[in-house]
Amino acid sequence: MSTDTHAAGAHDHHHEGGHAHSTFSGYMLGFVLSVVLTAIPFWLVMSGALPSKQITALVIMAFAIVQIVVHMVYFLHMNTTSENGWTMMALIFTIVMVVIALSGSLWVMSHLNSNMMPMHQMGGMK
Amino acid sequence: MTVAVHPSQTGEPVFYLADEHPHPEGWSTSLGFWIYLMSDCLIFAILFATYGVLGGNYAAGPAPKDLFDLNLVAVNTSMLLLSSITYGFAMLTMQQNKVAQTQIWLAITGLFGAAFIGIELFEFAHMIHEGATPQRSAFLSAFFTLVGTHGLHVSCGLIWLVTLMVQVGKFGLIEANRRRLMCLSMFWHFLDVVWIGVFTFVYLLGVLR
Repeated sequence: MSTDTHAAGAHDHHHEGGHAHSTFSGYMLGFVLSVVLTAIPFWLVMSGALPSKQITALVIMAFAIVQIVVHMVYFLHMNTTSENGWTMMALIFTIVMVVIALSGSLWVMSHLNSNMMPMHQMGGMK
Repeated sequence: MTVAVHPSQTGEPVFYLADEHPHPEGWSTSLGFWIYLMSDCLIFAILFATYGVLGGNYAAGPAPKDLFDLNLVAVNTSMLLLSSITYGFAMLTMQQNKVAQTQIWLAITGLFGAAFIGIELFEFAHMIHEGATPQRSAFLSAFFTLVGTHGLHVSCGLIWLVTLMVQVGKFGLIEANRRRLMCLSMFWHFLDVVWIGVFTFVYLLGVLR
């Protein structure tokens, strides 16, 4: 097993780490995409083009996720082959951790908040 | 990368490295630095989670709508985005061994980064002047911690950038400097990725709320 993976890794290893694919067109494509993906959410919020706030929030969050992927691919040159896939492994592990930390915190704390509602109302009645 | 271990002649699998294999200088730097960035990512995740929990607790103080100027944030975002692409150009000229051009692109990147920090400090000063200090409410504590940590990272990146410009000026684009520039490239683009989260979740969603 070890010889297989190392033989595969030998091809891309003479490039500096994950920077095998940095080309002018790659950077420019990433940049143009980022500008578009940044400009649209700002425009949506500043102009209030969408009728519902909830839809606007969902749309700009979707744009953020797409832009993060664009940055990862075109600027950070993420791919599944660099360092025999270990950068991708580390990234996937981190994403799992981040999702657990973020969704867990928000979920638990929002439940805590709603359970505290009686206190809150009492405070309002004072 | 060479491998000193082969399956033994009898075909039995080998589960450990029988011989010491060579570790040329810097051979694992990019993976190690990537793992550092991932751990940094966890720091920001926790700060984002904190902001997500506390972001609505204004304590009868100012809300995002009263404080944030989206025009300023848009200018700030474009500064960081421009610095990302100019750093990309620095990496491309580095690959072509053009020392002077690499230095120029690094300097431009530094100027955009400094502009970003300048605008952010201006924003912070303006907020503090209006009484929106970190002590004012849980929302503001979480805001200053999250955005301030990002700004601190960018400031460290700027110091690193200047250090590398001095190094490149003194020693040229030697292998070690190429490796360092590659690490800073990852660091710089990573900070831009974090900023996407900041302007979306803190500024845009804050004003929307």
